[in-house]
Amino acid sequence: MIEILRAGPLATVQDLGRNTWRDRGISRCGALDELALAQGNLLVGNPVHAAGLEFTLGPATLRFDADGCIAITGTDMEARLDGQPLRPWWRHRVRVGQTLKLAAPRERMRSYVAVAGGIAVPEALGSRSTDLKAGFGGLAGRALRDGDRLPLATPAALPWRSIGIRPPAWDSTVRVLPGPEHDEFSAAAREAFWAADWQVTPQSNRMGYRLAGPALVREHGGELASHGVLPGVIQVPPGGQPIVLLADAQTTGGYPKIGVVIRADLWKLGQLRLGARLRFVPCTPDDAVAALREQRWLLDQMRIALCMST
Amino acid sequence: MTELAIHPLGETALCCTLPAPLSLAQQQRIWQLATGLAGVAGVQDLIPGMNNLMLVFDPLHTHAADLTEAAQALWNKPPACQKAGRLVQIAVRYGGEDGPDLADVAAHCGLSADEVVQRHTQAEYVVYFIGFQPGFAYLGGLDDALHTPRRAEPRVAVPAGSVGIGGAQTGIYPLATPGGWQLIGRTALPLFDPQAEPPTLLAPGDRVRFVAERL
Repeated sequence: MIEILRAGPLATVQDLGRNTWRDRGISRCGALDELALAQGNLLVGNPVHAAGLEFTLGPATLRFDADGCIAITGTDMEARLDGQPLRPWWRHRVRVGQTLKLAAPRERMRSYVAVAGGIAVPEALGSRSTDLKAGFGGLAGRALRDGDRLPLATPAALPWRSIGIRPPAWDSTVRVLPGPEHDEFSAAAREAFWAADWQVTPQSNRMGYRLAGPALVREHGGELASHGVLPGVIQVPPGGQPIVLLADAQTTGGYPKIGVVIRADLWKLGQLRLGARLRFVPCTPDDAVAALREQRWLLDQMRIALCMST
Repeated sequence: MTELAIHPLGETALCCTLPAPLSLAQQQRIWQLATGLAGVAGVQDLIPGMNNLMLVFDPLHTHAADLTEAAQALWNKPPACQKAGRLVQIAVRYGGEDGPDLADVAAHCGLSADEVVQRHTQAEYVVYFIGFQPGFAYLGGLDDALHTPRRAEPRVAVPAGSVGIGGAQTGIYPLATPGGWQLIGRTALPLFDPQAEPPTLLAPGDRVRFVAERL
């Protein structure tokens, strides 16, 4: 069991999300920095898709009611276990009764705590992720509150050797493939899309970031019929200010799509703070698939290396 | 034969789009295409929209070009005989607290409240696709006489189960949400239940009839 003593601004139970029933309007949800959660899980001996805790900024405090093993990933936040500093992206043993304090990170947005065995809230529609909008999954379909208690699954074995990995290099530039309506935007709009420093506005949440920058004018094409969308899609409503869809996005939309952030760079979006600047760089489909293959390969290599080191 | 246009949406999805105008016959072929593609290796998800279909796939296990070819091949096959969709009856309490905008809709349409309810319950609707919320069905078949613009001021909270009209659309809100539709009634039937399999009452292709519980 883990007790949440202080949840901070927005803490939720997340795994890698739901991939079923999207045709019934069920959003993907899941960790916004899926790479950080996957790496944390591997460090503690879990499968990549085990459920962990996602904290937004911080600070946060939790207490462990059992011996276990944890890893903290996602940001460079200062973590202390009963006052002793813990390095992020490392595996750490915890003892019954110990208290973990996470300070607000200096940079990046979301921190993950992975626990050996995984957070054992019941699965809902194939995932333990919290769907805040529809109010199900995670713990009672809501953000965590002070005093919440979370069940843990018993791990097959507790890895004990202290070991860590290098944090993935993060920056606020993401690779983008042109969307189906890209060429319907004016030449000036297309140029501005790739050249601008887009700012993440406060009207942003886990469904999507609303960006501020030059107005993107669509010259051709009529109103679109409602169609399926997915995280990473960059929509442009009539006002010309784009919206990047994130994990909690609706399954369908109606705005023209100027681009799509590649799957391998989605995790970078999850670490952008409100007010942060964001840049889009063009990419090719082949490079996008190669980047995804490399990311999965690195996780596989990490899993193998960590298995041999326990 | 209507041409199916297939465009990539990032490296993990394809949009299959039919030219306007939308028709029920075209939409039925969209559902058939989704059924046909469901068994193809590497396909993860098929999301019908209005006159279109999004196909989500794992690019590490299949190629966009192969799936495009498979979708075109399925499309070019003669359409199968269309079975009538499942009929779902939805009991609605019209007017009063459950449908606070019924009088406004009646006034806009130049009908009495009774006539609005009668026309709304007479039609048989078809679920074109699901989106916006878990289990939110985009229904075709609203009587032209009932088309009513959305409210000038959207409500901050529309209760779950509310039945509304927004322009040429009618539908049911599965979950409490802000919303701008004119609310004419409410159903007690759960439209979305995350514990159930399937989790939503309605699916693409279903036929829907509203039954007046009281006025």
